[in-house]
Amino acid sequence: MTMTAPPAPPNSTQDPKRKLSPAAKRFANASGTSLGSILIKIIMVALIDATAVFAIFTAIGREAWLIATVIAVITVVINVVYFKKGWLPAKYLLPGTIFLLIFQVFVIGYTGYIAFTNYGSGHNSDKADAVSALLQSNQERVAGSPGYPVTLYTGEDGLAMVVEKDGQQMLGDVDDALAPVDPATLANYTQLKFADLLSRQGEVTSLKVAISDDPAEGTLRTSDGRTAYQYTSSLSYDRDADTMTDQKTGTVYTDTGVGAFTAQDGTQLMPGWSINVGFDNFTRAFTDSSIRGALFSVSVWTFAFAFLSVASTFFLGLFLAIVFNDMRMKGRKIYRVISILPYAFPAFLGGLVWAGMLNKDFGFVNQVLFGGAGIPWLTDPWLAKFSVLWVNLWLGFPYMFLVCTGALQSIPQELSEAATIDGAKPFQIFRLIKLPLLLVSVAPLLISSFAFNFNNFNVIYMLTEGGPRLEDAGLNVGSTDILISMVYKVAFVGSQRDYGLASAFSIIIFVIVAIISIISFKQTKALEELN
Amino acid sequence: MSADTTSTTPKLNVRTPAQPGRRTFGKWFATTGWRHLIGVALCIYAAFPLLYVLSASLNPNGTLLSSNGFFSTIGFQSYIDLFHNEQRPYAAWFANTLIIGLTTAAASVFLGALAAYSFSRMRFTGRRVGLVSLLVVQIFPQLLAVVAIFILLTSLGDVFPALGIDNQIALIMVYLGGALGVNTYLMYGFFNTIPVEIDEAAKIDGAGHARIFFTMILRLVAPILAVVGLLSFISSTSDFVLASVVLVSPENQTLAVGLYSYVSEEFTSNWSVFAAGAVLAALPVMALFLFLQKYIVGGLTAGAGK
Repeated sequence: MTMTAPPAPPNSTQDPKRKLSPAAKRFANASGTSLGSILIKIIMVALIDATAVFAIFTAIGREAWLIATVIAVITVVINVVYFKKGWLPAKYLLPGTIFLLIFQVFVIGYTGYIAFTNYGSGHNSDKADAVSALLQSNQERVAGSPGYPVTLYTGEDGLAMVVEKDGQQMLGDVDDALAPVDPATLANYTQLKFADLLSRQGEVTSLKVAISDDPAEGTLRTSDGRTAYQYTSSLSYDRDADTMTDQKTGTVYTDTGVGAFTAQDGTQLMPGWSINVGFDNFTRAFTDSSIRGALFSVSVWTFAFAFLSVASTFFLGLFLAIVFNDMRMKGRKIYRVISILPYAFPAFLGGLVWAGMLNKDFGFVNQVLFGGAGIPWLTDPWLAKFSVLWVNLWLGFPYMFLVCTGALQSIPQELSEAATIDGAKPFQIFRLIKLPLLLVSVAPLLISSFAFNFNNFNVIYMLTEGGPRLEDAGLNVGSTDILISMVYKVAFVGSQRDYGLASAFSIIIFVIVAIISIISFKQTKALEELN
Repeated sequence: MSADTTSTTPKLNVRTPAQPGRRTFGKWFATTGWRHLIGVALCIYAAFPLLYVLSASLNPNGTLLSSNGFFSTIGFQSYIDLFHNEQRPYAAWFANTLIIGLTTAAASVFLGALAAYSFSRMRFTGRRVGLVSLLVVQIFPQLLAVVAIFILLTSLGDVFPALGIDNQIALIMVYLGGALGVNTYLMYGFFNTIPVEIDEAAKIDGAGHARIFFTMILRLVAPILAVVGLLSFISSTSDFVLASVVLVSPENQTLAVGLYSYVSEEFTSNWSVFAAGAVLAALPVMALFLFLQKYIVGGLTAGAGK
């Protein structure tokens, strides 16, 4: 098993201290004495604590209670683990575990939560944000209202307005409503010169400063940088009745529990807010025919793609391994190095380069190899599927070639010699002796290769972006999309982003992956080998 | 591509006259000759797209169509253009990719080695549960949770801009979340091959656990550290899903995100500039790969792969 074994450890009899760098030596000496190691530990933990305290105060300042609590808990755990005597394994496991818990375990659980919300375009935030966004957006100048002389300043948060109102100097910017300002604070800002005013015209006209913390009072805006006018929304929010009323038309929009203010005829005011929708996303995925069809065809193609990718790369790799596994053949090394090149080439670049070569109108394949034929390699549903498999074969066969070569070479020569003496033909030796032995050592790799290709986003997205688009689908989904690229496109591509539905798809993938893994674990008995 | 392979056969058809004591061509062909035929076809399949990118990158101001002339023009203008495009700061992408990749690799190796050391050398309650849960966790790749990661970073960024969307530290931390699951197993197996007697001897000599770990074990397991570091470097530099979601502004992006935008936005007209970018991006990885071939093959076959 020369190839399957991990690289051999260096000769363990050599003196490990022989070639220590000065830094390592210092560290070793320091950690050798108990005083030194305690000192290092105290300094490290103190740094973490200081950062954490700062972070907790920042979070409290922004009223992010949950984040503050989580940081506090993590900090306490770190302090307990590193200052308590014993608990040695925890000292080594903790750093990686913290990252694992937040960015892998928690986010998986969080995906489950999002799958039950309508989070997405138009439902991005909570209700209070939605109300103030609505009051900000539909604004018009209050008819006949007086103009306020205004001076513009720039500060840390961008442009700021200073107006004289009720005999007081008031300052406000994009984040903070107008508030009285004293000359000392104003010294932190620089007044905008006339030339700046012109060059930042766009910024100036788009600046909206809230008059007070009550969004109903509206905002101040200026078009020339000298006079500001009061703008108020044509909508008005009735806090007690929880309704939005359009002043012009008189339409009343109420919160009907769908995450947006809705009029009686069903029209919604956008933006809305994110609410819990229960199993709605899953129900949509399985009952809405335009989504169900897409989900079904994408799932089938995901399995087909993963299976055919493994099969094609394995058979080509095995075939090549057999062909080049002949001692009499010269130059095998050169062939091997050249054939490994696609594997070393970054996969995302491989997809992009092939996308150029397979381009219908200008690509190398059509123009040179097929003499100008307009074969729609990437735009015909079936040819695109073929192209994806072809490119994935190009990217993946070297791996199987290497693996199979290693596995073949590790089969003892005596077996085939004995079989030859017993009168077996070469093909019989291969089929009855070598192949079963090879499959035993390669099977786990085939399973992991299947799992990898199941989520092989890069090759699909770089080559076809999942297209050509399925025409009857209600989503932006194409005929070469696999499940993971569908999740990505539903959540992040295009103007209609549906995080809730995308997360529901993610959960469906989780379930599929879990089932496959349980089956393959039972087959390989990987769990029993743990000790 | 099959058209190209036939051009080599005439050479093979030149028959060597049968001499006593020398094999005939027919015999040679039957034993190893046909293998060379397959070898040549294989080389064309494997290397052709790479030669195509190289030739396209050397075709100044080339469009996709004009890049089809194989090495018909040679010039380095595309490489110069590549570095003088302010909307697409290639140099920044390159630097970002290196920084993110190297930091992730170094930190993953460190976190993984710490965990593998404790699993391999210590016996504690929950050890088996820990190993099994790592195995279970690594079944679910992080990119499945990309939506949740995006929303988590958005809300973190409201409080700490350094940990939010469009920040590289945030992306590195996300990558580190996947470090333990993938790497610990590879390392755990290798740590187990180092005899425990070495630790025990050092302990008798008065060395503490930290000293044993940092000055002895880490040196003895250096090969697996290299493999894990390289694998994590390659996987983080070639990641598109998470990088494209987290990094928004062009000067913060990585090569994978940046080069994709090159192709998706001005596909056919800027082809040679893209090709130049692809060549420069691929060269270091390929050089490293061929240089460390043996290590990687051993490591890949022990874990999973492309």
